[in-house]
Amino acid sequence: MTLLALDTLAKAFGGVRAVDGVSFDVKAGEVHGLIGPNGAGKTTVINLVSGLLRPDGGKIRLEGLEIQALAPHRITACGIARTFQSIRLFPDLSARDNVLVGRHLLRHPSLLARLLGLPSAAAEQREAEEAAAELLRRVGLGGRQGERGGNLSYGEQRRVEIARALASAPKLLLLDEPTAGMNPVEVEAVAELIRKVASEGHAVLLVEHNVRLVMNVCHRITVLNFGRVIAEGSPAEVGAHPDVVAAYLGHAA
Amino acid sequence: MGQQIINGLFLGSIYALFALGYTLVFGVLDILNLAHAAIFMLATFAALALVTTFHFPIFLALPAAVLFAGLVGIVLERVAFRPLRSRADSNISGLISSLAVATILEAVALEVWGPNISRFPIGTLSDARVAIPGGVVSRLQLTIIAVAVVMFLALTWLLTRTRIGREVRAVAESPRAARVLGVNVDRVIASTFFLSSALGGAAGVLFGLAFNSISPDMGRSVELKGLAVIILGGMGSMPGAVLAGFLLGLTEVFVVAHLGASWRDAVSFAGLFLILVLRPQGLLGAAGAREA
Amino acid sequence: MTERLADFYGTYQSTIGYIGLNGLLALSVYTTLSCGQLALGNAGFMAIGAYAAVLLTMEAHVPFGLSLLAGTLLPALVAVPLGLPVLRLKGVFLAIATIGFGEVVRLSLVNSEAVNGAQGIVAIPQKTSVGLIFAALALAVALLGRLKGSKWGFALEAIREDEPAARTMGIPTGAYKLSMLALGAALAGLAGALEAHFTFMVAPNGFGFDRVVDMLVFAVVGGSGVVFGPVVGAAFLTLLPEVLREVAPMVGIEPGPLRMAVDGLVLLLVILFLPNGIVSLAGVIRARRSGRRPAGGTESTR
Repeated sequence: MTLLALDTLAKAFGGVRAVDGVSFDVKAGEVHGLIGPNGAGKTTVINLVSGLLRPDGGKIRLEGLEIQALAPHRITACGIARTFQSIRLFPDLSARDNVLVGRHLLRHPSLLARLLGLPSAAAEQREAEEAAAELLRRVGLGGRQGERGGNLSYGEQRRVEIARALASAPKLLLLDEPTAGMNPVEVEAVAELIRKVASEGHAVLLVEHNVRLVMNVCHRITVLNFGRVIAEGSPAEVGAHPDVVAAYLGHAA
Repeated sequence: MGQQIINGLFLGSIYALFALGYTLVFGVLDILNLAHAAIFMLATFAALALVTTFHFPIFLALPAAVLFAGLVGIVLERVAFRPLRSRADSNISGLISSLAVATILEAVALEVWGPNISRFPIGTLSDARVAIPGGVVSRLQLTIIAVAVVMFLALTWLLTRTRIGREVRAVAESPRAARVLGVNVDRVIASTFFLSSALGGAAGVLFGLAFNSISPDMGRSVELKGLAVIILGGMGSMPGAVLAGFLLGLTEVFVVAHLGASWRDAVSFAGLFLILVLRPQGLLGAAGAREA
Repeated sequence: MTERLADFYGTYQSTIGYIGLNGLLALSVYTTLSCGQLALGNAGFMAIGAYAAVLLTMEAHVPFGLSLLAGTLLPALVAVPLGLPVLRLKGVFLAIATIGFGEVVRLSLVNSEAVNGAQGIVAIPQKTSVGLIFAALALAVALLGRLKGSKWGFALEAIREDEPAARTMGIPTGAYKLSMLALGAALAGLAGALEAHFTFMVAPNGFGFDRVVDMLVFAVVGGSGVVFGPVVGAAFLTLLPEVLREVAPMVGIEPGPLRMAVDGLVLLLVILFLPNGIVSLAGVIRARRSGRRPAGGTESTR
């Protein structure tokens, strides 16, 4: 079943067509890789889908609903969450509180109860904190809950970002280079995490430079170059595609 | 009509000079320097002291006071801005530290010259009248406009034709890129404060000569108008600041003539407010720079 | 003893009242700072609240409680149509736009014959007690303190630290910023209404640029990271001139300009050496003693 459908999506910066008529689908429950050389337009696609950028043309549909004109917080409410290539944790908040912010949409405390200090508000708060702690345990950071975001190591910060994105219980998780700057052990842990997330029913759109990781975890892969789709298929198909090989070796596609 | 235009240009040239200094610092550092008005005031007193105590002719006292203002600007940067530069909230803390320095400078002026209005001695600058088509202007007014124009040209030359000028513009564009290119950012920022404060000081001396009313709180009336001018012109835009300065001067003169003096400031600020809501990039500012 | 206490109170009643009023005003700036917005229209909101309450009291003869309520709600209502366009601006641009709004309010009052122009309104019945001021302050502190650590408090911190990232967490940042602007306007309006009935008079020039700068200074000097910070800052800076007046002659400092310079110097020292405000002083000293860096530093603790 198609979850996310991009239809001739276009975005230009100045005269540069960063995304130039891109169409592909992401199916529910699958890990979909988006790869390509630097400047191919991968992060722009993520920014368009999450609403931080508005497309110049084309449509983005989530379960058939057009979302390309919605504000970012509404898109999140529709069921899309993301991480950032350049980590954007809230540095002064603890790891747990970062995840708690990610849970914003799932929380429905009563303002009045909170202001009056009623037990129902405290119960809701405890419940949300427990859920955030559980997510941190899932990404392997159960022992680092109270640490300031800014004090965590690089790999830990990336994992907190994933936990924070998962906290909104998204149908689709956008991961923008989740293993950048990680050592091989950490990369393997993230790969395992992505598989686990997918097995729990979240679809994943994975932008990644680490081709081996992509080949390992993705069900399908779309390859971009100069803002256009040059190949799409299973890891085996894409790996054998002459245009992909040419693009990665730097020859004209 | 001609009379009003001359009066407006005369007032506008002072606003433009003042705002140029303001906008220069803003363009380079993205901060508002609330001590700018205090330097404006201090330079005026410096010129007054040179004229009355040391009997300098005004044409020597003016450049000396401008130089002095520039030097105070360098000290200001060292004391109030440089220590805060690495802070995340430097635009808020800089606002407050510059306000603190402004308070200290105003206190110094109060201590030295007292709270009363001081004046340049009669004859410091000839106020003989010159007839122009449609009215009469004083030589004083023409001199002030001429000094302002010379300073605009000098600044333009400095920023476009000299090495330090190009470096100032590079830092304004992107401090990080400038540093990578080997620009000494600290020196450029100090130079920016020197230039900014010198322009503010020049505006102050001209203001003092024009209205012949010098007091420790004289900067306050110009401070907010300077803000209005840089917003109107587009923050960081120097041609915009000059254009908007003249526009504000002309508007004020016409509002006073046709609506009455009490409406003067209200019209300026209503205009400022509307500009920010309708065209936040100002008259000559680049679009998109200031929206989240 | 009680007599001396009453004496003390009689002399300093006005100062004590102003500690509370300035605390409310500092909190009115803190509300927007807590989501990273430097909005400086609060002198204008304060004027709206003060004039609305005074006119209701003196012209319509409504009960004082109702005047206060109107003085609190009207500025908040004005903040909404103001905030919709100006909150799109960021950083210093927002600050200047809101300063422009404040000046428009002040100058409109100066030019309004109906409210006696620049002269302002005098002989306002004194209905505000010091107790009432502090009750209002306590309420505001409690309200804002309860938000801290809640869903809404975390959303505000997220917006302050990284607004676009906060939006991708599903936080409607525009609505939050507008709510905090309106809440700040309400607090400023309440302080204005209380002050007008405390000092017998209102005049437009009491609501100028200086006034909002004062509010910002209270908040930042006290420490804008915690609810108590602005209140402590307001108390410290309201008392400072009074203390200087008492102490300065003893140490040979003449009143007048020198005291003003000391005022400026203290402000400069606090902003340079206590980035998190006076409330962080205890923590800084403790950290120095034990030889550790204060909490909130950037170094890794691993």
